[in-house]
Amino acid sequence: MFEEVLFKNRRPDRPATLDEYRQSGGYEALIEAVKQRTPDEVRQLVTDSGLRGRGGAGFPTGRKWGFIPADAGFPRYVVPNTDEMEPGTFKDRVLVNIDPHLVIEGIILSGYAVRAQTGFFFIRPSYELDAQLIEREVEVARQAGFLGNNILGSEFSFELVVHRSAGRYICGEATAQVNAIQGNRAHPMKDRHMASDGLWHRPTIVNNAETLACVPHILRQGAEWFKGLARTKTGAGTKLYCVSGKVNQPGCYELPIGTPLREIIEGSAGGMMPGSELKAVMPGGASTAYMPAKYYDVEMDFDPLKAVGHRLGTAAIMVFDQNTCLVAATLNLMEYFARESCGYCTPCREGLPYIRDLLWRIEAGEGREEFIPMLQQMARHMDSSYCAFAPGAAESVLGLLKYFLDEIREHISQKKCPFAEAYRPHRKLWYPAE
Amino acid sequence: MQAEIAVAEHPREQAINIMYAVQGHYGYLPDEGLLEAAELLDLTPLELEELATFYDFIYRRPVGKYVIHVCDGVVCWMFHENSVFEYLCQKLGVCAGEISADGLFTVLPTACIGFCDHAPAMLVNGRLYGPLTPLLIDEILEKLKTEYCDLVVCK
Ligand SMILES: Cc1cc2nc3c(=O)[nH]c(=O)nc-3n(C[C@H](O)[C@H](O)[C@H](O)COP(=O)(O)O)c2cc1C
Ligand code: SF4
Ligand code: FES
Repeated sequence: MFEEVLFKNRRPDRPATLDEYRQSGGYEALIEAVKQRTPDEVRQLVTDSGLRGRGGAGFPTGRKWGFIPADAGFPRYVVPNTDEMEPGTFKDRVLVNIDPHLVIEGIILSGYAVRAQTGFFFIRPSYELDAQLIEREVEVARQAGFLGNNILGSEFSFELVVHRSAGRYICGEATAQVNAIQGNRAHPMKDRHMASDGLWHRPTIVNNAETLACVPHILRQGAEWFKGLARTKTGAGTKLYCVSGKVNQPGCYELPIGTPLREIIEGSAGGMMPGSELKAVMPGGASTAYMPAKYYDVEMDFDPLKAVGHRLGTAAIMVFDQNTCLVAATLNLMEYFARESCGYCTPCREGLPYIRDLLWRIEAGEGREEFIPMLQQMARHMDSSYCAFAPGAAESVLGLLKYFLDEIREHISQKKCPFAEAYRPHRKLWYPAE
Repeated sequence: MQAEIAVAEHPREQAINIMYAVQGHYGYLPDEGLLEAAELLDLTPLELEELATFYDFIYRRPVGKYVIHVCDGVVCWMFHENSVFEYLCQKLGVCAGEISADGLFTVLPTACIGFCDHAPAMLVNGRLYGPLTPLLIDEILEKLKTEYCDLVVCK
């Protein structure tokens, strides 16, 4: 049986304490690093481990850290990203609640590797109680000497500040997050290089919380060990898969990266709900295209998914069954994306409402055949927007058009949603009088 | 509050915390609160307004003591379409954004709140609840009405 790494201190009812974390080997990596390893050695180890970012883009972490020019000035910043507003994703919440010190140690180590002085723990308002937990545990870590000036008697000083957001999806995007922390309106800044020109024009590294939680383990047990955890040749480490939707046991499961979708759904997630058959999944949050049931055996890792034209994203697997109308689901997503668009660039600000309105008309039975090429064209047009938000938003539409064109056409020919009268168990619950 | 700004290296960085603090005081962010906050932060009112209206959890209009953020994300939608929202509004006799007659509740739709494994879900006073049923909602409302509980500041 596979042994959990990030979740090894999981307890049924509460987060692990500092003592419990230390008993499992916690903070040994930090102690060893500040005493015996140079920042460059830490970075090299992370590069060798093959760790790729867990925030959605899968960028190699060591390489990102290496983008800071050798002669870049100080102060430097790291930004652990726990905005987690990608629909379907809740792994960072679970992770922080299982082992807060694992995340904190990972952040300090990333700060050490890039010679940063301050970390901004960016967290969304829905996780206010988790923000308070982190604040408490940061204080505990400070008392123990792992944060503050001259950590463990070394030259290295590092502070960690919890930065509360007030809730907007775009703040999860790294460059928008930098704007948000500075108290500016959070639109992305794609033309600035964060590694040299980030927060207050200083070198800044943004990493996802799960990415950082891997770092202490890599340092303790080595790059080869980390690579060996994966089920695929090109992958490395474990992955937190969030499974939600029409399965028996939705939840966040840690598994070797590259575990086939079938095993995740039928094993950890307890299979499909009674009466539900798998129709499609979104493999990595709402910004990834629907993946039809024919890909049930695909390995859930960056490269295998890419090979079949899909993306791992945040590995938040949302499961749709045969009773769920995907036109209506896509409409729900477009309402979300149109609302969350930061409004900075025109294709996204104007295009998403346009797509939403077309879908709305199709769902309401007012669709026409010519809407299909219009949807196609507008979804493609999202590629000309300023940041990755709009192309991500377009993915569900493109997936719908690619795999479920028949379903759209049924709406158009029947002049109504073919699912409207279909079996919908939840309606009985909410509208018993019907 | 002034102390918080003074310790921050970059005052503007505290904008959200200050807005939360003012909101905690008034129950929402009224015009006079916005002016005060802008002055503290050395921003123009317009600059701060631009931030205040950008975010979901800053309320520029009066709200009830508890704001119920109902998730309208796609996973929750799969299980209830819009019915959680409709149920709550009907039960409390309000439309989105209004305050219930007892002054206690406001219902707002919200983006995925990261509780998809318990869909359908909602967020009240910092706590996540799900999977929701009409019965569970009734219980939660009753509890909030009758039992004292600390307000989680950023509500
Ligand atoms: C619209 C948008 C939203 C994003 N939201 C998040 C988020 O909530 N959390 C996150 O870690 N990364 C998010 N990202 C990805 C970040 O831009 C960035 O790539 C990531 O935080 C880097 O961390 P990593 O290299 O560890 O993956 C988002 C990206 C986009 C385009
Ligand atoms: S693509 Fe959308 S979210 Fe990104 S900059 Fe343009 S308007 Fe903002
Ligand atoms: S979709 Fe409702 S909590 Fe995520």
